Amino acid sequence: MTSQDTLDKPVEELESVVIRLAGDSGDGMQLTGGQFTRTTALFGNDISTLPDFPAEIRAPAGSLPGVSSFQLNFSSHDIFTPGDAPNVLVAMNPAALKVHLDDLEDGGILVVNTDAFSKTNLHKAGYTNNPLGDGTLSKYRAFKVPITSLNAKALDGLDMTQRQTDRSKNFWALGLLYWLYNRPLEASLRFLEERFKESNPTVYEANKRALRAGYNYGDTTEIFTTAYRVRKAHLPDGTYRNMTGAEATAMGFVTGARLHRKSIFYTAYPITPASEVLHEIVHYKHFGVKTFQAEDEIAAVSAAIGASFGGNLGLTCTSGPGVALKSEAINLAHMVELPLVIADIQRAGPSTGMPTKTEQGDLLQCMFGRNSDSACAIIAPATPGDCFYMAIETFRLAVKFMTPVFFLSDGYLGNGAEPWRVPSASDLERYGVVHPTDPDDFAAYRRDPETLARPWAVPGTPGLEHRIGGLEKADITGNVSYDPRNHELMTKLRNEKIERIANDIPLQEVYGDPEGKLLVLSWGSTYGAVISAVDKLREQGESVSHAHLRYLNPLPKNLEDILQRFDTVLIPELNLGQLRLLIRARFLIDAVGFPKVQGLPFKVSEIIEKCEELLG
Amino acid sequence: MSEATNGKVNSAAAVLTRKDFTSDQEVRWCPGCGDYSILAQTQKVMPDLGVPREKIVFVSGIGCSSRFPYYMQTYGFHTIHGRAPAIATGLKASRPDLMVWVITGDGDALSIGGNHILHVLRRNVDVKIVLFNNRIYGLTKGQYSPTSELGKKVKSAPMGVPDAPLSPLSVAIGAEATFVARTVDTDTKHLVATLERAAAHKGTAFVEVYQNCNIYNDRAFAYMTERSVRDDRTLYLQHGEPMRFGKEHQRGIRLRGLDPEVVTIGEDGISEEDLLRHDEHRPEGTLAYLLSRLDYPEFPVPVGVLRDVQRPTYDGLLEEQEAQAQQRHGTGDLDALFNQGDTWVVG
Repeated sequence: MTSQDTLDKPVEELESVVIRLAGDSGDGMQLTGGQFTRTTALFGNDISTLPDFPAEIRAPAGSLPGVSSFQLNFSSHDIFTPGDAPNVLVAMNPAALKVHLDDLEDGGILVVNTDAFSKTNLHKAGYTNNPLGDGTLSKYRAFKVPITSLNAKALDGLDMTQRQTDRSKNFWALGLLYWLYNRPLEASLRFLEERFKESNPTVYEANKRALRAGYNYGDTTEIFTTAYRVRKAHLPDGTYRNMTGAEATAMGFVTGARLHRKSIFYTAYPITPASEVLHEIVHYKHFGVKTFQAEDEIAAVSAAIGASFGGNLGLTCTSGPGVALKSEAINLAHMVELPLVIADIQRAGPSTGMPTKTEQGDLLQCMFGRNSDSACAIIAPATPGDCFYMAIETFRLAVKFMTPVFFLSDGYLGNGAEPWRVPSASDLERYGVVHPTDPDDFAAYRRDPETLARPWAVPGTPGLEHRIGGLEKADITGNVSYDPRNHELMTKLRNEKIERIANDIPLQEVYGDPEGKLLVLSWGSTYGAVISAVDKLREQGESVSHAHLRYLNPLPKNLEDILQRFDTVLIPELNLGQLRLLIRARFLIDAVGFPKVQGLPFKVSEIIEKCEELLG
Repeated sequence: MSEATNGKVNSAAAVLTRKDFTSDQEVRWCPGCGDYSILAQTQKVMPDLGVPREKIVFVSGIGCSSRFPYYMQTYGFHTIHGRAPAIATGLKASRPDLMVWVITGDGDALSIGGNHILHVLRRNVDVKIVLFNNRIYGLTKGQYSPTSELGKKVKSAPMGVPDAPLSPLSVAIGAEATFVARTVDTDTKHLVATLERAAAHKGTAFVEVYQNCNIYNDRAFAYMTERSVRDDRTLYLQHGEPMRFGKEHQRGIRLRGLDPEVVTIGEDGISEEDLLRHDEHRPEGTLAYLLSRLDYPEFPVPVGVLRDVQRPTYDGLLEEQEAQAQQRHGTGDLDALFNQGDTWVVG
């Protein structure tokens, strides 16, 4: 309903914008952010998002811990992160202002809901003076809008209590943002129609009115003199959709199973932030996905192993504390050499830590968190969309090598979103799975000479009746064995099998020059911040390259060679230096660490500063 | 019951014998252990179940009893301590065509695996659980278990066990089990009959077997298994029959208010009509629970089937959901999956 032509005010062209919406956790900021994202992605901008919310579902209203926020970066060119400092902050109450104002760039746009600045709310946020009037906001282009009352006026006449009316104020604010950034209302109107038109006509009408009222307010009032526009991004040709990491992960697993002509047995115990994947995959039962919400983390992984024994793809999804509980069973899968995928959507720890905040703290847990020598494969997606392809890859490796494989994602990747180019199913590789059937040529632990994988003989196959278990196996037969030499042989074989995965994964690529002063080595969700920083530094003529690991165990075969070609290797991680420990131990290279453990992703500027410090 | 359920097929498979279910592995329990009898009776029952050997899987946890699968010539999985019910759940739910047995012990099922026992029972997963109860940890050399008697002096409690024991049957009934039974290792006929009943049940079958550990807890059940006292101290449950016991069947169980009591027929004008009558199929577990509380010395020890009722199985419900989803959405098209929701075209 809107285009540049119908706008009454001048439009300023921008390359990219970072918006942060902040309010009470009950204010609907995540929903508003999601709506803005969807509309903006459909419009054709490149996007990247960062939701940030408290673990408490409804922390006390108006309090600092109760503040929930959603940051979106949208652009006319390629972007890889949700942005460092927001250009725009929408603060729905004093607590939101207090928590986020420092991040807003100087001269940035600030929209505040003045109605929420009551004495009580100011007190709850720890303000002694009202920041709306004491000069606190002088650095910014502050727009003081009585959102609550304007919204109430727009909804006048509807059969709703004031409390119910106030729930629509996020859509009022969304409407205002749509006007400010020249976005069409259609996608959100369609969303409201689908969600509420039949189930709750009053709420449908209220939100529709609120959205339009916010939009019209921008169009008609005097306070905003300019609207802004961010042109469509130049993405490669294709069909696109908006994709969160959790959606991509669920879809990737479903696809991976289909490419193997296998059924998934998906097991989980509720845990933040991994449950998002469960909530996605339950909708794919028609793909032959069975889901099991277990009584605890141990039951979840155990049931997945039982399903794998039966010839299906056992998959369990959890977060760090869940991996700790699953360790013993993961080692059973290592010992009996069955395919198993453990998806770890990492969060800030240790212990319960900060469940809704992101971290990369589980790398060493996945590497070593089991009794005795028991290597498992570990891979890590780099972006929300990459979760799709790496989920397929976990199944491929688990089945081909008959081993547990960790899929090491994190809360930032899982909740973040980006435009995703839709692949064609016919372009994806199919994988054959062989189950032995010949009783005359069967031994439960006779290995494939190339991969060292043992045969996957499944119950129901006549003549192949055999027993497996956690006790040490005799080579070839798989019978229980306490023979000392056999134990050493089997321990080596199980671990060498994981090493041999290196023959089956892509070589490590380097972005930038193949040699030089500085190599930034990263893994997992830090990809976006690091590539953006390296790009900027290279534009300035610095000798910096980037290698991003998606395979963490085993590491790509050419990695050592790459590392040797640089004077300095920098490893930024959202932990105290776990990959760095592995790299130093493995290659005797004095890599420099750059740890961050604040529950937040790296900012591009932080990486740039660290690189500049090392480049001298 | 569908054709494929529990691995049963209508076609006449080659006639198998007990020997066909005996693996080539040397049995390594202590000589005189009650486990030998349970193994022998299980191998004897298998050929009569009408299930092809390759469709049968034995899953176990950790403990003496859990070595069981190695000795069965079927598919088998010796897993980790306490987790057999969870592993069996994943196996059965993803492969409903298989017949899955869980072999466990009092420590494995009720201590470290207590949570999983609770939930496999309430879900009514179609697996058959055989719990060898010897009231002691044998494999780890004699610590007290969750069924060891209060005050009993054992290696880990020289001054007497300070933990109150629990009744496996009461736990099972409290967890909404649909089939609950008890039998004894030395009573081979009764053991065979009970295993056959468990195999025939659709849903989770829970069988407690009193099993003698002749090394660490010898004669733990002698008070009711000795030939001289057996009839007077055992209540053989029979569906539809009055609860009578004793050498001459002269004694019985009567209910007074909420309390059971032992009475003698013919005394004080008591006739058979006054006795409790067993009903395995009562929808509520009240009677089964009451029976699970009867114990020596106040009462004879009930053996046989306490409860046998029907309700939908977990694996069956999962199958139904999948079928419904496929009816509604087809069998899953990847391109449709990729393109669902809002999309836009570039170029």
